[in-house]
This record gives sequence, C-alpha cells and structure tokens, in this order.
Amino acid sequence: MAPANTHQAKTQFGYRRHPDQDRSGPSPAAHPVVIVGAGPVGLSLAIDLAQRGQRVVLLDDADRIGEGSRAICFSKRSLEYWDRLGVGDRMVEKGVVWSVGRIFHGEQQLYQFNLLPEDGHKRPAFINLQQYYAEAYLVDRINELPEIDLRWRNKVTAFEQRNDSAVLTIETPDGAYRLNAQYVIACDGARSSLRQMVGAEFAGQVFEDQFLIADVKMTAEFPTERWFWFDPPFHAGRSALLHRQPDDVWRIDLQLNRYADPVVEKKPENVRPRIARMLGHDKFEFEWISLYKFQCRRMDRFIHGRVIFAGDSAHQVSPFGARGANSGLEDAENLSWKLDRVLRGKSPASLLESYHIERSAAADENIRESTRSTDFMAPNSHQEARLRKAVLSLAKETEFGKRMVNGGRLSVPCSYDSPLSSLDADTWRGGPSPGSSMLDAPVATLAGEQIYLTDAFRKGGTDFTLLSFSNGGPIDAPDGIKGIRMGGEDGLADPSGLVAKRYGAAPGAAYLLRPDGYVAARFRHPTRSAIAAALARAEGLY
Amino acid sequence: MPLSTSSNFARPDDAFRAIVEAHRGLTEEQSADFDAALVLILANHIGDIDVLREAIGLARRRMIDGQQQQQQQ
Repeated sequence: MAPANTHQAKTQFGYRRHPDQDRSGPSPAAHPVVIVGAGPVGLSLAIDLAQRGQRVVLLDDADRIGEGSRAICFSKRSLEYWDRLGVGDRMVEKGVVWSVGRIFHGEQQLYQFNLLPEDGHKRPAFINLQQYYAEAYLVDRINELPEIDLRWRNKVTAFEQRNDSAVLTIETPDGAYRLNAQYVIACDGARSSLRQMVGAEFAGQVFEDQFLIADVKMTAEFPTERWFWFDPPFHAGRSALLHRQPDDVWRIDLQLNRYADPVVEKKPENVRPRIARMLGHDKFEFEWISLYKFQCRRMDRFIHGRVIFAGDSAHQVSPFGARGANSGLEDAENLSWKLDRVLRGKSPASLLESYHIERSAAADENIRESTRSTDFMAPNSHQEARLRKAVLSLAKETEFGKRMVNGGRLSVPCSYDSPLSSLDADTWRGGPSPGSSMLDAPVATLAGEQIYLTDAFRKGGTDFTLLSFSNGGPIDAPDGIKGIRMGGEDGLADPSGLVAKRYGAAPGAAYLLRPDGYVAARFRHPTRSAIAAALARAEGLY
Repeated sequence: MPLSTSSNFARPDDAFRAIVEAHRGLTEEQSADFDAALVLILANHIGDIDVLREAIGLARRRMIDGQQQQQQQ
C-alpha cells in the first residue's frame, strides 16, 4: 500500500533527455563510471566518487524514491561514512538515536543491552530513519555535485562485456540508447537485472517463515529502544519487534507462520487487530504494510569483468541485525577509493580484487550472523525448538543464558583478513589491528575546538593518513600521505586520554589508515621504509 | 586443552547415578527438555569451543557406530 505522505522530503523526480541519447551509430558516449540503481548504496557511492573528483553517471529505472520505510536502522559506521559524504548531520538530526535494546520472553524482560555503552564517540550506535528520508537527503547532496549525472527512468535492458569496458543498452521514455562505461557498478538491489545479465548464480538458504511489517503512526510513550519479544502474550508462540522511527512512526515486525496467506495477511483489516492486540488500543494509522520472506545468499564473485556488484545485488541477509543497508554502505566506502585510484592509474586494476576479497568475507559474516538469529527465532526442528526453549528458560536466572538468546546481533564493522594489511611487527595490547575499522575519540584542535578523530580524518581529505602519537621528534613519513598528529607542539590534544587508550598507543607510535578509515598497518617505532612498504601494499602495488 | 576422556570422577557411579535419577519420573518429552538444558549448562561451564567441538565429534561418532551395529544385527 502507498505510504500516507506525511513526510517532508522530495521523492518524485523527472525524466530528462540527455545529449548522450542523441548519439547513434557504433560509438556511444563513453563514461568512466556508470552506477546502476539509485538506492542508498548507489547514491552514496556516486557522492563518494564525485568527491574524489570522478565523473559519475547514475541510472535508475524509476523516477521516484521507493515506497515504505524499508531499511530503518543505520549504524554508527554508516553515519561516519555519511559524515564524509556531507549528509551525516542531516540524517542524525532527523533520525531517532538509540543504543539500548530489550529482549522479552512472554511478559518478562530477559535482559537489556547497550550497543554503545561508552562516551567519546561523535556518532551514536544507531539511528532509525525511514529509507525514503535517507535517499532524499542523498539526492539533495547529489544535486550539489556537478560531477554526478543522475538519470531517472533509465532502465538497463542489455549489457555487453568488452575487453576494457562494458556497453549498456538503456531504455527511456524516448526510446533506447547505449552507453560505454569503463566500469559499471551494479547497485540495483536484490532482484538485480545486471546480475541476471552476467548470468551469475545467487544461491543460498531460503527461510520459509513469513514476517509482517507494519509501520504505524501513533503517539506513544514507549522509549526509543529496540524491543524484541519471544512468545509475547499478544502474539503467542512467535516473535515480535517494536522500534521507533521519526514522525511518530513505529516499526512493528511480527513473525507469521510459513503457511500464512500473504494476500490475506496484508489486508489492513486483518493487520489491525494484530497490532491492536499488541498495543492494547487501536489509535494508530498505517504508514506501510509489507509481508516478506527472505533468503540469505551471496554471489560467488562480486566482480564480473567490468561489472562490480555492491549492496543487495551482491548479497542478501535476513533483516534481523540491520546488516542489509549498512553492509551495502560499507561496500560503497570500500569500493570507492579503490576504483578512484584505478581510474587515475595510481593503482593497478588488481586492487579491485581486494574489494571482492574483503566484502565477500564481510557478506559471509553477515549471512552467518543473521542466519543464526533467524534460526533462533524460527527453529527448524523439534530439537532446535527444544534447545531454544532451554536457552530462554536458563536466561531467566543465568548470565550465560541471556548471552545465548539471539534476537538479532546488530551490525558492527567487519574486520578484514586482507592482502592490503601489513601484519603487526610489534606487540600490541589493545587498539584496532590491521584490517579493522578506525575507532573514534574526542580530540581538541590547537584553537581549542572540540572535535572528533573521525572529523580530523574527514577534514584531512579521507585519503591514506598517518595517525601518529608525538614523542617530540619529527615523524619521517613518505610523501603524499596525509597526517593526523596527536600531541606535540602543533598536534591535536587528547584531553580525555581516550585516543591513546583506544589505540593502545605510546608516544612515537603510528597507525596507517586507508581512505575508508580502516587500519592498514601500525608501528610502535615507525620508520620511513616500513611505512612506505605498508603503504605500497595497501595501494595494491604488490 | 584437549577433551579429557580419562575418568575424572573419584566415584564415576555416583555421577552416572545422579544423571539417571534426574530423569526418573520424567516423560520422554520432559527428559529431552532436561537434557537440552543440562547440555547447555555443562557446555558453558567448559567454556572452550574446541573442547566442545571435540565432545560433539565423539558423541556423533558413538551414534554412527551404534547405528552401524544395529544394521549388522
């Protein structure tokens, strides 16, 4: 059903004819990058590439932002990425911030968890924000970037792989035209047509249980927390989820059985009593109702010649864990800097292979985590149900039982076992190891401004960056690498001591950060040659 | 530390008896529920995933051996 249009964001866009469409004959217009699909992943990737100076053509087969809230939980990592794309503040201002979840069994609370129990981070563990807002804000940002050519109602219908490019056939209201692209990035979602065109398999585990999403508008006093029930009194024998979104909209997710009739179950008159039973009243309006089943699967390879897959087109997970959109955004930030370097001839095309290695491993982790959650919610056999029953009953009185209750393990950045990482040569106690994401912490500038380490990284240009901890002496770093200096006469101050603590760093130590904020290498006693070697490795130069 | 399969109880009969008696008076269904809880409690107490996997492997081999013996009879 259509959402009640209560939100203030532009979601309808117009098709416009482009001069590329007037070119006929054997040589279509050529572009370095064509992104297919203007969802959160394609939009973010386009902005990232444009900010790195690349010209991007972004195609979408529709002329409007999709209906319904869909993805609603955006992770700290995604917000830090959006900060770099210039949209983080807007997302956080509109979104509802949360970090606490509660798990109930029947009427009893089993336990609660806090996903970010410590201070000193710019961004919260999560915000909830309807996907249409996220997409609308990204489109607004794109309109500020002349490098991006966003073409609505441009549907890719055919595709031809060449040695050093790909040729797309695109259907528009004015008829078909062709484009030549050095690289095509397929961000065209779970039903990716490009995936079908390259003939790639997309196999995995199918889950038979059905889930009903109802986004309802109501004024309610529930706290801004993620509430998850096993076997609640209002929905016996199954699971339920309640989660707040902006504009007094609440996400309710109810597990149905595998034999439920989707057409019948989706009818508002049938959904209403279910929700009323849960809330204890029926003073609510429907924003969106959807019934879904899901699969956990990924492509064998994320790169097919000149076509690179990112987001749901490459991998799908169950929704419990907020690992769908967030992992797609991690794909975008992983791919963007590599593609930029390859297009500039600064790194060999083989650097792109590390995108496949790192992000397919991340997809495996996300699939494993979300499959475990789903199996716990919907046991596959009597014995699995029995083990779950034992866990839920043990959780009432034991800590280990609480920890085994799996109502969704929420998205955190993956650590990569990557060919781009240099192994530690020194002994470290604590701190992010090579292949892990950088950690945030508060810092102060010379002028006394209170900012965060992620701000300093972004302001430095989101490139290879040496984060060094001053011991008074100069740091001998290779040319062409950005620097964030902690301490010393001209460095950032660490007033809370959290930077040194989180990085397990003594004076003299240094971290080499990649353009996506991942740690490439770290040194207790950095030398120019060791940094240069780690840099070359992370750039894919050997 | 590998899975210990030497005898660890001073009085193994007491341990076996304690488990047997815990099942007395239970239906099949209740016994299965009880076992599930007991396995989880003991697994957590061991707290070592490698030992747990080894134990699972040993139990599965026993089961397969048992089935083969049945088929031979």
